[in-house]
Amino acid sequence: MNSKFKQLIIGITAATVVAFAGAGQAANITGAGATFPYPVYAKWAEAYKSKTGVEMNYQSIGSGGGIKQIQAKTVDFGATDAPMTPEEQEKNGLTQFPTVIGGVVPVVNLEGVQAGQLKLSGEVLADIFLGKITKWNDARIVADNKDVKLSDKTITVVHRADGSGTTFIFTTYLSQVSPDWKSGVGADKAVSWKTGTGGKGNEGVASYVQRIKGSIGYVEYAYALQNKMNSVQLKNRAGQFVKPDEDSFKAAAANASWDKSKGFFEILTNEPGKGSWPITGATFILVYKTQDKVATGQEVLKFFDWAFSNGSKMASELDYVPLPENIQKLIRASWKELIKDAGGKTIWK
Amino acid sequence: MPTTFLREARLKRQALFDLLFRNLTRVSAFGVLALLAAIIGSLVMGSMPAIGAFGFGFLVSSDWDPVNDQFGALIPIIGTLVTSGIALFIAIPVSFGIALFLTELAPRILRRPLGIAIELLAGIPSIIYGMWGLFVFAPLFADHFEPWINDHVGTMPMIGQYFSGPPMGIGMLTAGIILAIMVIPFIASVMRDVFDVVPTLLKESAYGLGATTWEVMWNVVLPYTKVGVAGGIMLGLGRALGETMAVTFVIGNAHELSKSLLMPGNSISSALANEFNEAVGDLYTSSLIELGLILFFITFVVLSIARYMLFKLGQREGKAS
Repeated sequence: MNSKFKQLIIGITAATVVAFAGAGQAANITGAGATFPYPVYAKWAEAYKSKTGVEMNYQSIGSGGGIKQIQAKTVDFGATDAPMTPEEQEKNGLTQFPTVIGGVVPVVNLEGVQAGQLKLSGEVLADIFLGKITKWNDARIVADNKDVKLSDKTITVVHRADGSGTTFIFTTYLSQVSPDWKSGVGADKAVSWKTGTGGKGNEGVASYVQRIKGSIGYVEYAYALQNKMNSVQLKNRAGQFVKPDEDSFKAAAANASWDKSKGFFEILTNEPGKGSWPITGATFILVYKTQDKVATGQEVLKFFDWAFSNGSKMASELDYVPLPENIQKLIRASWKELIKDAGGKTIWK
Repeated sequence: MPTTFLREARLKRQALFDLLFRNLTRVSAFGVLALLAAIIGSLVMGSMPAIGAFGFGFLVSSDWDPVNDQFGALIPIIGTLVTSGIALFIAIPVSFGIALFLTELAPRILRRPLGIAIELLAGIPSIIYGMWGLFVFAPLFADHFEPWINDHVGTMPMIGQYFSGPPMGIGMLTAGIILAIMVIPFIASVMRDVFDVVPTLLKESAYGLGATTWEVMWNVVLPYTKVGVAGGIMLGLGRALGETMAVTFVIGNAHELSKSLLMPGNSISSALANEFNEAVGDLYTSSLIELGLILFFITFVVLSIARYMLFKLGQREGKAS
């Protein structure tokens, strides 16, 4: 009963959105979901339209919303930062593939600490977000930061108030490095926070961190960069302190075994490798394995094929890490293998 | 003969028109009722899974754990009631002062512009208050007022525990103050309007007996207008209870039960605004819908109590007080 009611609401909203967005144009494709890749999708869509005339409408409503909308079949593809497990994909008749890679970055507002100067290990980060470490001059923080002057200011934790793929990636990492976090909080798009205050969206967290002195939060890399926020160095699995940047994200992504993972279910947090940024994540696209409207389905694949071949530079300019070519090849092969029309014929050639 | 026939025809037509009109108005009136019933019905239906899973425990549980599907409404309920309470605590005296000044003390030339300015304040979209609260008020509050509150009020016995905490600028107290600013124009303009209708004869008589302005307000104007004043306060309370955007900006959105008003909390409407879009799973969504149902219920109860109070006041009318 409830899920029907929910579907109805989603259906009506999406139908309205689609009706307005798609009025009068033919062969347009629509997608909805994660807010994190929205800038690069929008850029790709603009370039693709001027090239082919095909319009791609993307509603950045959040990962959870993207999954709901594709389940309600109101959009041609869904987008999510939290990958669907192979079982979930099977259950929903969906297949997924990654598009770009990015990182989640802890950011601080600390007087007297220069950008990128503070160093934290995963365990300390988890204990800060658990509320166990409450002062900036706690011995465990100072131990890694001998050269930084830290005051006894109270730590204010800032987290997301809404459900979010960013939170999923962040809490997945904390669960991997802290048993206390795993048993006490867990990893999900929304969790039961033990301390702190909540901001809505990456921009909400960013603005709280900028406003509250002595605060620490986490945002997508692009937000940290654009808002010129003070990001921290993290200790990765190899025991090295690394800065968040394209190279460290690439290093983490290179260590992922995409070819072995079923349904591209790959979580890139806490990867091995000296230069790997520990909180890296990919963002994913969801499409139906059996396409009712073959032409639209083909358009969706064509769009992402074009984006993989031509969009890497645009992605880099916006501070995302494009997928390496060998992974792109794997994705195209998966399309051929999995995405079929109603008669069972593959639609990707 | 033909004239009576014509007249009868006209009468008949008018009777038909009358009937149509009566039914049209009736449909409109009952349509609203039906809509209300439909809203309650769909809220109840939507919250059935949560009601089934948590029962009455939902109302007193402070859990909010989407990972393990454990939900409770205590924190948002307290947040909603406390912020609205703070708002009224500040707004009622200030509004009373504004209305008093505008009706009794202000020079005639100032009354209209000031009155219009206050009504304009009522028309500002709530998101503007929210943005102003977060970008302007919260930093000021954090830098200059909260340390003072911590040092002076926070150290008092008994009430100290409600006023201590890190000076973040956002939290329940900030949300309450922003709400107060938002409801002041509503309460003040209603108060001004009802103070204006007090017959001059009554006031002049009191002044004639040597009463001060304060005595006239307290003993003549206020008793005469108490129903309207209470109505204005309820209007403000109604807005405060349901206010979403402005509160979401400054309350801190944390599902945490803390005694201190300086700490972040959550209200029902801001929990809904933040989480509904991304709520995954039937129980999560359903718990949020049940929150909506509770807000509906709280508003309903508040309005009922207000009505009852007004009814009681009305009964006492004319008796010696």
